[in-house]
Amino acid sequence: MIDYRIDRGSGVPAYVQIVEQTERALRMGILKVGDKLPTAKQVVAATAINPNTVLRAYRDMEQAGLVELRRGLGTFVTRSLARPAAEDDAPLRRELTDWVARARTAGLERADVLALVTTALDTYDNEHVHEQDSRTPGDREPNKKKEEDV
Amino acid sequence: MTGPDAPDALRATGLGFRYRRRGGWALRDCEFTVPGGRVTALVGRNGAGKTTLLHLAGGLLRPGSGELRALDAVPGTSEARARVALLAQDKPLYPRFTVADTLLMGEKLNFSWDRTTAERTVREGGVPLHARVGELSPGRRTRVALALALGKRPELLLLDEPLADLDPVARGDIMAGLMAEAAERGTSIVLSSHVLPEIEETCDWVLVLRDGRVELSEDAYTVRESHAVLTGHADQADALATEHTVVQRRTAGRQLTALIRRHGPLHGAWHVERPRLEDILIGYLQDVEPRHPAPAERTEAAA
Repeated sequence: MIDYRIDRGSGVPAYVQIVEQTERALRMGILKVGDKLPTAKQVVAATAINPNTVLRAYRDMEQAGLVELRRGLGTFVTRSLARPAAEDDAPLRRELTDWVARARTAGLERADVLALVTTALDTYDNEHVHEQDSRTPGDREPNKKKEEDV
Repeated sequence: MTGPDAPDALRATGLGFRYRRRGGWALRDCEFTVPGGRVTALVGRNGAGKTTLLHLAGGLLRPGSGELRALDAVPGTSEARARVALLAQDKPLYPRFTVADTLLMGEKLNFSWDRTTAERTVREGGVPLHARVGELSPGRRTRVALALALGKRPELLLLDEPLADLDPVARGDIMAGLMAEAAERGTSIVLSSHVLPEIEETCDWVLVLRDGRVELSEDAYTVRESHAVLTGHADQADALATEHTVVQRRTAGRQLTALIRRHGPLHGAWHVERPRLEDILIGYLQDVEPRHPAPAERTEAAA
């Protein structure tokens, strides 16, 4: 199960917050394939948001292939986002922890570190565009405003 | 939440009302539809006609002109009264009744009565059943009035400033309870409020009144998506107004800040931000100049 927390001051629509929190839980292994998501009634009773907002988030996730809406039964996780390479004791994670420690010792601030990581990711992705056959939900940039149609 | 066959919660055609025959119009030429199964925010400044509209929908008043339908029924008829509940701002309750008496009255007066829901609503507010209604705090009186309204198991729940007397914790609890009611039973809810942040994530339809007329009756998501806040050079103002609807504008020296409703793509050098629902509603409430919607053919040419 998962408890959603809606930040009303963030400017991020509530349905996006639900999707992001579900994806995070999937990535961290808090939610696994077969787990049931809370019902719309449970979510709205805890968060006082509009029930249609919850349904919209669930529908979005269904379209992304993360969950399945089974009539009369509820909404179930159908795909995991957990990556073995991202787990606590994985080598990648250890190397990153070491790297962050060095960055901090060198006096870099949080914003500097994030900027470095983002730049490195962007550079890599731009050089390997053709290799990205399928964009997964986790490859979306968080909180980016949709302004491409401006 | 509800099927396509669900009746509209409210539908007004040419609706008008004035309190005295020679008085000013409290509501005038109102045309709007609120679909069923929605949680609607009824927004407007003091005197805009919110309470009048809710009283018309609840059958306490009769239209002076035009017509209003609640769930396809004429407000005030027995059919409408069985399916529509109104929680008025002054919460008319018998002060000498105890809370238990009041709920019993609800049970006797209503054809269908949900005692569990009614009792749970007062119990969650910590309201003692043996207390006299007249001796309760305003917040607790609201609880009792709400229990009476929810006990009817209405299909349409009309709430006039339901949270005004409540402390922050109780506001959250009541709102969550209302949302759960909507989720479970598909109840249509129309609530008037001045507290715009509370509307942001709870309402999925907005009905904006301004000086007795309907400014906006629309899906909240569509409203959010179709508006933008622009900042840019003021010399683009005229071009902007020909292509889009300028809801609100502010000029400071050479800088123009405008809340617009977009019709097609934007031209010019603008910094674009997405407003919150609250910002958009305030724009509509504050606006003083009449709006000129962009001509349709021009919009299409620009698109």
